[in-house]
Amino acid sequence: MIRLMLLLIALALPGQTARAEEIVLGLSRDQVAITATFDGSEILIFGAVRREAPPPVNADPLEVIVTVAGPAETAIVRLKERRAGIWVNADAVRIEGAPSFYAVATTAPLGDVLSITEDLRLAVSISRAIRAAGNRDFDTADHVAALVRIRKAQDVYRLQEGAVDLDRETLFRTSLALPADLVAGNYTTRIFLTRSGAVIDSYETVIGVRKVGIERWLYDFSKEQAALYGLLSLALAIMAGWAASAAFAGWRR
Amino acid sequence: MQLYLPIAEVSVNIFLLLGLGGLVGVLSGMFGVGGGFLITPLLFLAGIPPAVAVATSTNQIVASSFSALLGHLRRRTVDMTMGSVLLAGGLVGSALGMVVFNWLRARGQVDLLVELSYVIFLGTVGGMMLIESLNALVKARRPGARPKRRKHYWVHALPLKMKFRVSGLYISAIPPLLVGLSVGVLAAIMGVGGGFVMVPAMIYLLGMPTKVVIGTSLFQIIFVTAFTTMLHAVTNQTVDIALALLLIAGGVVGAQLGTRIGARMKAEQLRILLALLVLGVCGQLALGLILRPSELYEIQSVAAS
Repeated sequence: MIRLMLLLIALALPGQTARAEEIVLGLSRDQVAITATFDGSEILIFGAVRREAPPPVNADPLEVIVTVAGPAETAIVRLKERRAGIWVNADAVRIEGAPSFYAVATTAPLGDVLSITEDLRLAVSISRAIRAAGNRDFDTADHVAALVRIRKAQDVYRLQEGAVDLDRETLFRTSLALPADLVAGNYTTRIFLTRSGAVIDSYETVIGVRKVGIERWLYDFSKEQAALYGLLSLALAIMAGWAASAAFAGWRR
Repeated sequence: MQLYLPIAEVSVNIFLLLGLGGLVGVLSGMFGVGGGFLITPLLFLAGIPPAVAVATSTNQIVASSFSALLGHLRRRTVDMTMGSVLLAGGLVGSALGMVVFNWLRARGQVDLLVELSYVIFLGTVGGMMLIESLNALVKARRPGARPKRRKHYWVHALPLKMKFRVSGLYISAIPPLLVGLSVGVLAAIMGVGGGFVMVPAMIYLLGMPTKVVIGTSLFQIIFVTAFTTMLHAVTNQTVDIALALLLIAGGVVGAQLGTRIGARMKAEQLRILLALLVLGVCGQLALGLILRPSELYEIQSVAAS
């Protein structure tokens, strides 16, 4: 009898071992198809905070951080220097694992919602997300800063503070505009709930960006049957050249 | 209207690409240059990754050159014999050039070398052509001036003499072979067809008539660029067929127009225009090397291993 009661209590309190506040996520789409006429895409990332108990009283407000990272690439950053009157590439730094796209959206300024130690641990901010991929810190700081500055100017690295809406500490949503020159691959999406700069729950999912239709066919063809693809390109070039010449000769007669 | 390019992985305006192709096509038809030294930097500006721009422009040059060549064949301004001799030298040269290129790349600074050789060659060739053709124009205007008699160069004393009927030449095969060879080396290092070096070399070194030079240069360029396209497609997989088709569509039309325009102009005027164009590109590149760049850092993306 006592055993049965204990079992019932255990069943009734499933949240006992789980966190006090948990993320339940939704995405407007978890696949992005790149077609021939693709010119960017908008993804709505939304969700709710599930609680077993009311939020703690007198605590700092709940904050939400959303990050989306494109496929990792290696970037070689070169510094130009003037030598003998001309500008030449002087020293180069290889930065491993710099994402091709990285966006951070938050409910409030990032420095207020995430402590430095948590950022170090989870690699949330743009500069940490790049450094996290195992780059030694010494001597590369200027190059990493340049990479971030250039990519921010190209709008592929973004920090959107205040872009996440949070309603009554429960419902959150943000929209992400993906650029037109999107690299295909897996876009890792992370959501963090924080209070007083500490992360209390996180959630990770993947948005798949895939080429479809003729885009995909051509891409696969060029990789798998490179020689045939090259010959096809040349054949098309010769045919187009001949067709234009014939058309003009006919038009002149 | 935007189009997403499958290999370049960028979205670009269709009409921009058609226009670029057309512009380069006109130049190709008028001057017999492939236009590689123009289209590649223009594609960089349009946001195409450099590797894709270089590989795809060679494919585009095949199409526009072929279209222009057919125009020249109809007007019988192609010296096939000369073209074949130049090509034989050119293929050996580009194979040699690839070896040199890889050797330089292993030592870094290959970009700088390419840019410097552009500046030096474009500057020298453009300057020489401009001075020579301005002189020719002035002489032609002076009444009673006789056409200059063909000089007897040292090249005429070499063995292995061949008859080049269309060019009206009876010279040794060695100078054209050497011209083809050195242009082939340059073409492989600089990633272009080499027409802008070939055309003046044929006029001033071999003494060929300008009208024949253009068609013959096109004949040689087609084979060299086709060879380069295959190399890029097989080794780097950076030929974007969608991008190539758009550039081609603009280019073939442009090349036909260019051939017509070229046929109506005087040889001296044609040479002055080409010289100015070559000098313009040279100046642009030289400024890029000398002026302080607005961004001192440069990023090159490589796929993660």
